[in-house]
Amino acid sequence: MDLISSHPVLNFEHRAKVSFCFDGKEMEGFEGEPIAMALHANGVKIYRYTPERKRPRGFFCAIGKCSSCFMVVDGVPNVRTCVTPLKRGMKVETQSGRGAIKLFPGEGA
Amino acid sequence: MNAPKSFESGVLTEERPGAVKPPADLWNRHKGGLAIVECPQRIPCNPCNTSCPTGAITAFADINDVPRIEYGKCTGCAMCVAKCPGLACFVADLTFGDGVALMKLPYEMLPVPAKGDKVACLGRIGEKVCDGRVENVTEPLKDKTRVVHVSIPSDKVNDVRAIRVV
Amino acid sequence: MKELNTDILVVGGGPAGLSAAAEAAGIGANVLIAEGDLHLGGQLVKQSHKFFGSKDEFAGTRGFEIARLLRDEIARCGDRVKTMLNTTITGYYPDENVVTAMIGEEEYIRVRPKKMVVASGAQERLIPFPNNDIPGVYGAGAVQTLMNVYGVVPGKKVLMIGAGNIGLIVSYQLMQAGVEVTAILEAMPRIGGYWVHAAKVRRLGVPILLRHSIGRALGDNFVTGALINELDEKFNPTGSPEHVECDTICLAVGLTPSNELLWQAGCKMKYVPFLCGHVPLRDKNMRTSNAGVWMAGDVCGIEEASAAMIEGRIAGMSAAASLGFKVSDDNFEKYRLRLKNLRAGEVGEKIRIGVSDVTVDGWEANS
Repeated sequence: MDLISSHPVLNFEHRAKVSFCFDGKEMEGFEGEPIAMALHANGVKIYRYTPERKRPRGFFCAIGKCSSCFMVVDGVPNVRTCVTPLKRGMKVETQSGRGAIKLFPGEGA
Repeated sequence: MNAPKSFESGVLTEERPGAVKPPADLWNRHKGGLAIVECPQRIPCNPCNTSCPTGAITAFADINDVPRIEYGKCTGCAMCVAKCPGLACFVADLTFGDGVALMKLPYEMLPVPAKGDKVACLGRIGEKVCDGRVENVTEPLKDKTRVVHVSIPSDKVNDVRAIRVV
Repeated sequence: MKELNTDILVVGGGPAGLSAAAEAAGIGANVLIAEGDLHLGGQLVKQSHKFFGSKDEFAGTRGFEIARLLRDEIARCGDRVKTMLNTTITGYYPDENVVTAMIGEEEYIRVRPKKMVVASGAQERLIPFPNNDIPGVYGAGAVQTLMNVYGVVPGKKVLMIGAGNIGLIVSYQLMQAGVEVTAILEAMPRIGGYWVHAAKVRRLGVPILLRHSIGRALGDNFVTGALINELDEKFNPTGSPEHVECDTICLAVGLTPSNELLWQAGCKMKYVPFLCGHVPLRDKNMRTSNAGVWMAGDVCGIEEASAAMIEGRIAGMSAAASLGFKVSDDNFEKYRLRLKNLRAGEVGEKIRIGVSDVTVDGWEANS
């Protein structure tokens, strides 16, 4: 992970390092920290592609207000990865377009 | 890239209220040095005054006033250097040696230099002015703002405002 | 659906919200803080520089330390203050006096507050230029979060757009994190932030290019560089664009109030350029035209955190007083005087003009 190794003013305290899955690849991040930060530290820059023009989108505001970092997390689309805490074993996927909503059993298209 | 060397872009180009040199006669003979403050804009901030143990940085009538120094009271203790949130306070001691001055500069970068290290001394646009020798490194407020004491040629005290560890 | 009751709902756990909560709880009110992020402290948690102001606003103390002091103050309030993190207030139904909240991404609850203090802060502005949407173009606040809260390296070479306080401070913080700042561009003929912040980065060798702006971000999937332009008197590009090598473009072109909830609450709003967007009309106690809603901090006009904390204290006190909790008038006067002093200088001029434009004598009709 691309982390700041030493800093003149700040000390970084992290919780446990856990593994998660990004588009089929195993990666490591810190439990409880936003998913977007773990991805950035792993060099992942593209988080989704826009519905119409298929433009790449990534990290932007980091405070849950801009929608740039929407991804599919454990099957749920449009998750704000900048404010959603990372958990061990999470399945994180690049989102294409609007994402597909999960239907409840019995619900039909 | 050609950045301007103008006041409007953050470079002090001449003396003005809030950025005035100490009087030469006192400065030349005052052991321990005198404070130089380069804070020429009216902003709401007064820690230089409240941290000054001798009252040399005079009390503000309005918190937006620019700092004013009664040099007769300044001991060169560098508390203002450590406390100023704008890193706009410095101390220059012209009595340090023959042709050698001691500057006390705020420093918040890595690596932290050690006594005896040779460092590059930088001017107001980051240009190298001269080499300097680190004489001491203190952390008066234990808050990660270091005060680096560095000896330099006396004729450079009006130019040197930062260091880079080389 | 789960439903919560509280005397005062504070929307936003930043400097304004925490100050409001502490003040209201201090005189006896029960308070619920709803914070969208994973921690209290708002944007203070990523401020590694020392604050300006006077001792009363923790001058000379680093921002993240101020956040800790405020959190300690909240902790001392004990059970009077409850906190919900990762919780976004999504709707306000004035007729039923119900507020809806989203916890995480999937769970919804209702809150029935007697009074509400909106301290929802601000969001970053974007400026238009080709490719401004590709990864690597980041808000300055986002870069701070990445590097100062989570310790992640944001990039190797950063081009900063904007020489206001945020652009200048984040440039300095990037250097502290070991990142190279290629240049700071400023469209105006002078820096917008505090002069001392500019002097600090200049003396470390970072160029500040006045009357310059970004023309285009380069790269297909992420930033690989930028084209920058000099601007003429009318802010039009002049001469041929210059190529700048960078992997990150950091936008520090201003903030705008996150005022959605105030619109929903039907507060009378006004567009005030000096306060950077639509802001509610207010009385001297930070009460909006909706008698049950107060405001504090950047949501009522973009300003420094030092002012946000004082506004929060006034709003929290006033909201609690409206519920019958006892407040001394001297306290209001004390805080108002501090606020006035902070805004007295040349950098406070725009705020003074802006605030006077939206301050009303009182809300006699409906209070």
